[in-house]
Amino acid sequence: MRAGSHLERVMEKGLFAVTGQLIPPKGNDAGGVKKKAELLRGYVDAVNVTDNQRAMVRMSSMAASSLLIGMGLEPVMQMVTRDRNRIALQSDILGSTALGVKNLLLLTGDHPCLGNQVDSKNVHDLDSVQLIDCARRMREEGKILGGEGFAGEVGILIGAVVNPFGDPFEFRVVRLAKKIDAGADFVQTQPVFDMNRFKEWMGMVRDRGLHERVHIMAGVVPLKSAAMAEFLRSGVPGITVPDNVIGRMAKASEPAEEGIRICVEQIEELKEMEGIHGVHIMTVDWEEKAGQIAEMAGLLPRPVLW
Amino acid sequence: MIKAEQKPVDEILGFLDAYKRILLVGCNGCAAVCHAGGEREVAILAATLRMARKKLGQKLEILEETSPRQCEPEFVDALAGKTEDVEAILSIACGVGVQALAERFSEIPVYPGVNTMFMGKTVEPGVWVERCQACGNCVLHLTGGICPVTRCAKQLLNGPCGGSRDGVCEIDGETPCAWQAIYDRLKATGQLDRLELFVPAKRWGRESRDRGPRTIVRGDLKQ
Repeated sequence: MRAGSHLERVMEKGLFAVTGQLIPPKGNDAGGVKKKAELLRGYVDAVNVTDNQRAMVRMSSMAASSLLIGMGLEPVMQMVTRDRNRIALQSDILGSTALGVKNLLLLTGDHPCLGNQVDSKNVHDLDSVQLIDCARRMREEGKILGGEGFAGEVGILIGAVVNPFGDPFEFRVVRLAKKIDAGADFVQTQPVFDMNRFKEWMGMVRDRGLHERVHIMAGVVPLKSAAMAEFLRSGVPGITVPDNVIGRMAKASEPAEEGIRICVEQIEELKEMEGIHGVHIMTVDWEEKAGQIAEMAGLLPRPVLW
Repeated sequence: MIKAEQKPVDEILGFLDAYKRILLVGCNGCAAVCHAGGEREVAILAATLRMARKKLGQKLEILEETSPRQCEPEFVDALAGKTEDVEAILSIACGVGVQALAERFSEIPVYPGVNTMFMGKTVEPGVWVERCQACGNCVLHLTGGICPVTRCAKQLLNGPCGGSRDGVCEIDGETPCAWQAIYDRLKATGQLDRLELFVPAKRWGRESRDRGPRTIVRGDLKQ
């Protein structure tokens, strides 16, 4: 055990893992965070807490993660390289683990020009692969970048994000391999809508044996409406939504129900796929549906491992 | 070479409000090559400023000079005889030239007439694009001769982010993805194995711009 987190236990036991998502508010309402988090209790093994996603200013992922820990829920604290240099990133790894965070998800983050701080100074001191390497060294060698030691131990499960739907397509598996080599214990993918492309990518992953070196969780997003599907396709970097999904949403008399049906179908297909070790259900501010999706997809009850 | 573009005329006029006699200095180096600050631009800008002031009913006397290279001390020294009774200097060289004048003529205010933009190349006449950020630790051998520090909006060194689609960066629908270009080039040259290499964290603080002005000393050339 590297972190002793619940998520790690689930993965190590070879169980199909489930994570949810909590987007901290554009404000400092701790009560609101707790209310959203309560909707996920019992339905997921851990909750991803996003870090100023889409480059919008929100409550910090560390603070929101700490609120979850206080409620007895397990966070996967996300950290992006966009806003902090290596001093701040390493400081936050020390700080968050002191607060009880045991799972980190390390990623680059959307570019500032897509958010509400377009004039900000873009940091990107480290890239996500370098940050994964840095976190692994902190855990395994007890050293920060540059080689200096620190007091205490950093017990963390290191997560990364991979996008099978970005280009150049052939590089996407190389990118996964680099993240595994750097120290990723698990990866979550960008939301799967294009199942054909995802299967093609997983084939390449298996050809290299990468599914045996890392826990792969496939991302899913329940759609609320055809407009949301269209927005994800055109407005969110790295997400592709094929025409047949848009078509089903557009034709549905109850689009929200259709979106959940599509999501459940995807999970059922992913559960059967060789090399997939779990799903990351990104409800995008629709936490109240996480339980229903987990129930319908046969993911309940979640294991209790201590 | 260094690329620059002229500041808006109104901004320049604002700098010069209080003056009646100025020296306008162009540069025949980079600023001339990118048509921002050579002899021709000195003449056009001087005429524009005179006319604008005349419209306001105020006279502005402008002495016009173009230095071979404003970044070289001997050429800057050569301007010493031209500054008599000059209340201010307007330079349309790059930021290096402006500062060279400010250091040399310590009693005279010096203003920039151009915005210094980047180091780049000519794509076609009138179009320039950035190609180098002088980060001080070149990685072009790893990336097929295409610079991710300059051309990737996130300066990623280990491959493309998730936002790259159809060869285009996530920041807009037009900026090419640097890593798509790197991938294509390495593929074409049979060097795709380079993508597998882990590129460690860059030494921005020791080799790059984040430590005050960098200095090169060549002992063999130093007098």
